[in-house]
Formats: sequence, structure tokens, C-alpha cells
Amino acid sequence: MWSYFARRVAIGIPTLWAVITVCFFLMRLTPGGPFDAEAPVPQEVLNNLRARYHLDDPLWQQYVDYLVNLLRGDFGPSFKYHDFSITTLIAQGLPVSLENGFCALILAIVIGVPLGIAAALAQNTRRDYVISATAMTGIVIPNFIMGQVLILIFGVWLKNSIFHLPAGGWNDGAFANRILPVFCLALPYVAYLVRITRGSMIEAVRANYIRTARAKGLPFRLVVLRHALKSALIPVVTFLGPATAFILTGSMVVETIFQIPGIGRYFVQGALNRDYTLVMAVTILGAALIIAMNLAVDLIYIWLDPRVRYDQQ
Amino acid sequence: MTSSSLTSPQDAPAVQGRSLWQDAWRRLLANRAALVSLIVLTLIAIAAVFGPLFLPWSYDQIDWDHVEAMPPDFASGHYFGTDSLGRDLLARTLFGGRISLMVGILATFVALTIGVTVGTVAGYVGGKTDQFLMRFVDLMYSVPLTFFVIILMVFFGRNFILMFLAIGAVEWLTMARIVRGQTLTLRSKEFIEAARASGGSTPAIILRHIVPNVLGVVMVYVTLTIPNVILLESFLSFLGLGVQEPMTSWGMLINDGAAELEINPRTLIIPAAFMTATLFCFNFLGDGLRDALDPKDR
Repeated sequence: MWSYFARRVAIGIPTLWAVITVCFFLMRLTPGGPFDAEAPVPQEVLNNLRARYHLDDPLWQQYVDYLVNLLRGDFGPSFKYHDFSITTLIAQGLPVSLENGFCALILAIVIGVPLGIAAALAQNTRRDYVISATAMTGIVIPNFIMGQVLILIFGVWLKNSIFHLPAGGWNDGAFANRILPVFCLALPYVAYLVRITRGSMIEAVRANYIRTARAKGLPFRLVVLRHALKSALIPVVTFLGPATAFILTGSMVVETIFQIPGIGRYFVQGALNRDYTLVMAVTILGAALIIAMNLAVDLIYIWLDPRVRYDQQ
Repeated sequence: MTSSSLTSPQDAPAVQGRSLWQDAWRRLLANRAALVSLIVLTLIAIAAVFGPLFLPWSYDQIDWDHVEAMPPDFASGHYFGTDSLGRDLLARTLFGGRISLMVGILATFVALTIGVTVGTVAGYVGGKTDQFLMRFVDLMYSVPLTFFVIILMVFFGRNFILMFLAIGAVEWLTMARIVRGQTLTLRSKEFIEAARASGGSTPAIILRHIVPNVLGVVMVYVTLTIPNVILLESFLSFLGLGVQEPMTSWGMLINDGAAELEINPRTLIIPAAFMTATLFCFNFLGDGLRDALDPKDR
């Protein structure tokens, strides 16, 4: 297993390098730059600025410098947030986004998986239809609409009640400020998890070993929880890999709506400002996160499905 | 049977064979959710394409006398009222639908073309080609592709053609995987062997024998990709990277409406209702098609 692990990490590195390279040249080769402003800056100032950030070096040298600095863990200076290094910005933003994403994911699993099981065990009954239709609603209503509606309800209409929640801001991670963003981020996952769990559970309870377990006289609840659930969870775990990507894109929306200083908002701001280094850093982190999650998912398979063996390949 | 039909088989009312597609169509129509979805989608599409031609106001026309008009304002012809700039909301919603549906369909078509090409070639040719193409797909899966779409939109400007090309270039991965899987099972079938034995070239076999047989799966996936693309487009619009004003799309209208949610919620509700209805219908239709084309559940 360790050789498999090592091989996967070894594949991850060239992937990251490809992401870095494409992203770097894509941004540098397009017209415009971080110092374009509404009021044009005098040419001399512009030249100084470009020299300060080494933008007047040949492109290949900028690229090599960037890679070398990256290996040292230095993402370079921000072009827009002066006096901030990207490393500082990321160190502030990443924990915020990760905390929110993690809470949302846990919330989604806690709500979504049981609902999916409930729907599957009552297939084609009213309970199933209600749960499935609600899940579909969660998928088709984009979370930027959901976010605005939640703000309207809890931030504005319920302003003078005990249910009032802050409409935005972070307030150093106060609990009340986290509720709406986490909920908003979790909703699409809940919906996807319900659909996935329902589908895989319906397949799982039809399997022969479930019939065996029932025939042995085990109570239904035990059969579902101990035997069917484990194999039904495989597609759910598979979803967790792409879910990382959803966390990242979801956090762009949620952090913009709720004014949360996380990396999603940094990315949007950075892209609009052409803050090359900031955009690069968030993209690299995003790719690294997805690669790590996909690997973690592969390792969880081993525990869930005894038939999965990576060594024999 | 009459005697004449027995004597001349050409004129005989031959036994009506039912193709896979006819069977699927019949099953689809029997599925009430899918049928209703199909009807609603057709109505929305017709309204989006032809509706604006019959309205008294166009999507970018400003009616200074009726800014923020409340619906229904039949006298001035603003059936859904107007927005904060006095533009007719119905005309804008229908025109936005045109753009959203167009992006959805075109981007899906791009994804379809790339996905089917890569999938069939990888599956049919096999060997090193398959290895290479599928490793590439794996690699792309671990790239935050939405980031790249945003980077493209920011750095190359908000260009309509670029938008659906970029979205299409992102959405083809799953299609390629599914098509490859199907092709692998088709590859060892007798009719493919027969085609190869009679001297068919690889491109000809792929085009004439493989592609028609993967179309069922592809159709299902297409109906599920279009709503995803519409969502992605609305997400880009939300970030301010959608089509340029005064052009509009459902995503942009929703974003505009969200800004005045407190004072004038219908500017959000109307386009959002159209968009969610469309997404609902595409999803139900996709599920219905999957059931109709899946022989397992018969």
C-alpha cells in the first residue's frame, strides 16, 4: 500500500507543476496588468513599479524565479495588498475557508446521508418523493440566491427577534457569524449526498449478502447499519473528492456574499485586480487540496471495501 | 391478413419493428414527471426564442415613465413590471433565457464533441493511446477548473464565444469517461468485428458503428450537463463575469435582482423562477431518459 501511496504522490507533483505552468503563462501572456488603473500612472512610476516586482525581467526568468521561491515556500508579494506577502494573506484566509468548508461538509454528511437512507428504504413512497424532490430543489437553486434569501430572512425580516443572525462580516469567527455561511455552503452538498446515498442504498439492499444477513435472522436495523451502509457509502466517499472542488467554488460565492475574509474571496478579488501572485497561490492551493482529497478517498476505500487492493496492480 | 398481402410481400403491412429509440420514447412518455418537464422546457424555449418578437418593449429599451413599475401593468405593456432602470422585466427575462439556454446548449455541444471524440478513440484504439488519454483526464480532474474559467474570463474579457468554449472545455471530462466505458464493451461485439473484417478503417468504424451506439448514454448525460452549464454561467454572472450589459442572462438578472431584494423582490423572483423551473425540468428529463434507456429497470 505504501508503494501505491508513494506513486500517487509522485503523480501529484507533475500535476501541480502543470497547473502552475499553465496558470503562470496564461496570466502573463494576456494583455493588461496589475498596475492598470482608471487614472494612468506616469510611465516612470510604472517602470519603477514593474522593476520593483521584477515584471521587466524576461518571462522565462520570472517563471524560474517563481518556481524557486515556491520551493522555499514563498508565494511572492501581493501586487494589490501592498506590504503583504501572499504567504501572510493565505495564512489568514486559508484557515477561515477550511473551517467553514469542513463544518459545511460535516453538516451535509450528518443531514444528507440519513435522509438518503430514509428515502431509499421507503423507495417510491411519499416519504421518498418528498425527500428526493427537496434534494432536487437544493441542487437547482444556486447558493448565491440561497445566500441572499437567507440574509433577507434572518438578517432583515427577523431583525428584532431572537432568530436574528448577522447578515455578513466575520467578527473573528463568532459563532453567530458562521451559521448562515456554513448552512449556505452545506445546502448543495446535502442535496447531492441525499441523491447519491439514496441511489447506492437502493442497490446495496438488493445484494445477496444482505439477503443472507436477513436470513440469519438479524434485525433489519442492524442489517442496514452494519452491512448495507458500508458498501452504500462507497459512492458517497467518491463524491468527497470532487466535493473539495465544490468547497472552493462554493466558498467564492459564500465568502463574497457574507463578506468573509477567506481564500475564495481573495481569489475573486485577486482575479479582478489581476493580482498575479494571489491568483496563482489560491489556484495552487486548490489543486493541492483536490489532489490530497482524491488520495484520501482512495485510502478510505480500503477500509470500506475489503475487495479493494492497491498492491496487486 | 388478406391474400394479396401474402402474395406480394412488398406491399404487405410488414410487422412493425420497434427500434430501441421508439421503445425508449414510449417509456419516456409514460413517465409523467419527464413528460411534463419536456412540455415545460419546450414552452420556455419557444417563449425565449420567439417571445421577445411579440412584446411591445425590447430588452434594452428604457421606459422613463414607468421605472420600477409594479406588475401587471397592462396599460403600458409591462406585464411583469420593470426594473430599476425602467426596462421591461418580461422582455429581459425572455431574452436572458435565450442567452442562458444558448450558452447551456453550445457549451454542452463543445463538451459533447470533445468528450465523445476522446472517449471513443481511447476506448476503441486502446493500448498506449487509451493510457495517455485517460491519464490526461485523471490529471484534469485534479485541477480546479472553475478557477481557470474565471481566469480566462477575467484576462480575455467577457466574451460570449470564449465563455461557452471555456465552459465546454471544462465539462467534457465525465463525458469522456462514460463514453470510453461504453466503447470498451462495444469493442468486442460481433458487429464491430464484422466491420473490421470487411475492411472498415478506424475512423469509419468509430463514426458509423461506435458513436450511434453510445448516443443513448450521451443523451442522458447531455440533459444533465445543460443545467450544470446554466448554473455555472449564472455563477460567473454573479461574480460579474457574465455577458456584457445591456445583454443579459438569467444569472445576471438574478444578480441584479438580488441587489434590490429588499425593496423589489420580484426582480429576483421572476428570473429565478424561470431558471429554477428550467433546471428542474432538465434534471427530471435526464432522470426520465436514463430510466427509459436503461434496460435493467424494465
